[in-house]
Amino acid sequence: MNKEFFEIIRPGIHTTIQDQGRLNKYHIGIPFSGSMDQRNYLISNQLLGNNLNESSLEFAYQGPLIKLNSGKLTGVITGNVTFNIIRKNSKVDKGICYQTFEINDGDQLDIISTNRSVYGYFSIKNGFKGDYIWGSCSVNTKAKIGSNNGEKFSKDQKIYINKSENLSNQKKVNYFNSKIEYIRVLKGTNYNYFSEKSKKIFFSKEFTISKLTDRMGMRLEGNKIENILETNIRSEGLIKGVIQVPPDGNPIIMLSDHGTIGGYPKIAVVISADYDRLVQIPPGSKIKFKPVELIEAENLYKLYKIETENILKKII
Amino acid sequence: MIKNISNLGDAAVYCDFGSEINKEINLNVIKYFRNLHQANIKGITNITPSYNKLIISFDLSIINFEKLVEKIKKIKIDEIVSLDSKIIKIPICIDEEFSLDLDRLSKKLKINEKEIINSFINKNYFCYMTGFIAGMPFLGDLENNIRLQRLETPRVKVPKGSVGITEQFCNIYTFESPGGWNIIGSTPIEVFDKSNENNPIKINPGDTINFYKISKDEYFKLNE
Repeated sequence: MNKEFFEIIRPGIHTTIQDQGRLNKYHIGIPFSGSMDQRNYLISNQLLGNNLNESSLEFAYQGPLIKLNSGKLTGVITGNVTFNIIRKNSKVDKGICYQTFEINDGDQLDIISTNRSVYGYFSIKNGFKGDYIWGSCSVNTKAKIGSNNGEKFSKDQKIYINKSENLSNQKKVNYFNSKIEYIRVLKGTNYNYFSEKSKKIFFSKEFTISKLTDRMGMRLEGNKIENILETNIRSEGLIKGVIQVPPDGNPIIMLSDHGTIGGYPKIAVVISADYDRLVQIPPGSKIKFKPVELIEAENLYKLYKIETENILKKII
Repeated sequence: MIKNISNLGDAAVYCDFGSEINKEINLNVIKYFRNLHQANIKGITNITPSYNKLIISFDLSIINFEKLVEKIKKIKIDEIVSLDSKIIKIPICIDEEFSLDLDRLSKKLKINEKEIINSFINKNYFCYMTGFIAGMPFLGDLENNIRLQRLETPRVKVPKGSVGITEQFCNIYTFESPGGWNIIGSTPIEVFDKSNENNPIKINPGDTINFYKISKDEYFKLNE
């Protein structure tokens, strides 16, 4: 058994092992899962020269406090995160995101919070030890699959690592997590189920992100969307970013761990280019939707993808 | 056959096979699903069949809606892709400990509990689709006399193994989950088995399911 691990002193609110996610299993009820904010996840692994699908630790709001039990290794944290490295001799180094750091046996990493955002990523050279099923070690707490028996980490558990390695050169990148003014969407397949007034409200008024938001879905409040045709449809497939409106009129956006089948009408779908930034908007914030056409959405995604690739290229 | 194709967001194709739900339409959906799987088109990330729809999601950095639709239209649908359908017997215990809504069903449908059970068990149900949660089968069609709407307020937690009915359909909760179906009983068997990576689900679309009644003792014996 591998003896190199981090010991969990405080687990944080929702700390899980994630990678790029799982493909081709919707038809048996298994969603993508994977890192919510793929761009920040990819940057963290690129900074370490890891395989871009390496296992990372994803945390939300408050991260974990963990103590290293292994040889020296290099790690990095991405996102908008406040953290400290508490050295074995009690000296505290203030952590800087997007910049690799060295951590030694007995050092503690205290990930205090994700600021005005939701998710952050802690990656290490060679990754954490993941349990793989259908090509991914991502945790799916609903189906209890992936690493750690499909559960989030809890106190006193150990997070095993693949192989401690310290990189001689420090790597960093300047990256700013931009905010988006509007969440851009394409009209959904049931757009015409809703009243004219509600359609106007949907594209003009602000919605508040509810506290009941998690990796499965983002619940919205503030304006009820009125259905004039039928509040239930025959259950059918769902994808990431679909905005469903249940009978109570409060929209729900499907996120990475969503149920694969749903029976509520779909008013809209978030464009692929805006997904990473959408998931980072914390509960209590207000968001607004803006309609775009398919061709525009495709071009926006191309731009987003090129931008991501340019950031990754800069790191090499 | 596909009646209409449209986009669902910028990274999925939405194939509509019509508004009705019946075995024939659903078998068409399943046939497309299997053929598309075999065609192995680059960029497709998921294919989700349901009663009368097929949703194909794809990686927008590899292919786009227009190009994928062209490819889908060109695919020859092999009529003889065998469905390899099985008949599966599933034990169900209808003890009051598990039959959370039998009383509600009886009152709302105005028939006694015994009649409900007799209408439900030992009938062949067709599996239309699986999903929502891992491995959950959507089965049908129920006899006319036991069709009822969902609960007005869904349960926050439906116990694992619960068998639920609503309208003409029946399902099995493969995990504890929120849900609004009328719970008629519970099965002790594992419908989703993650340790069997190549074949994790016991019930596949196209299969036929037949419930047989077991006692509480037998339930706990099978559950061990």
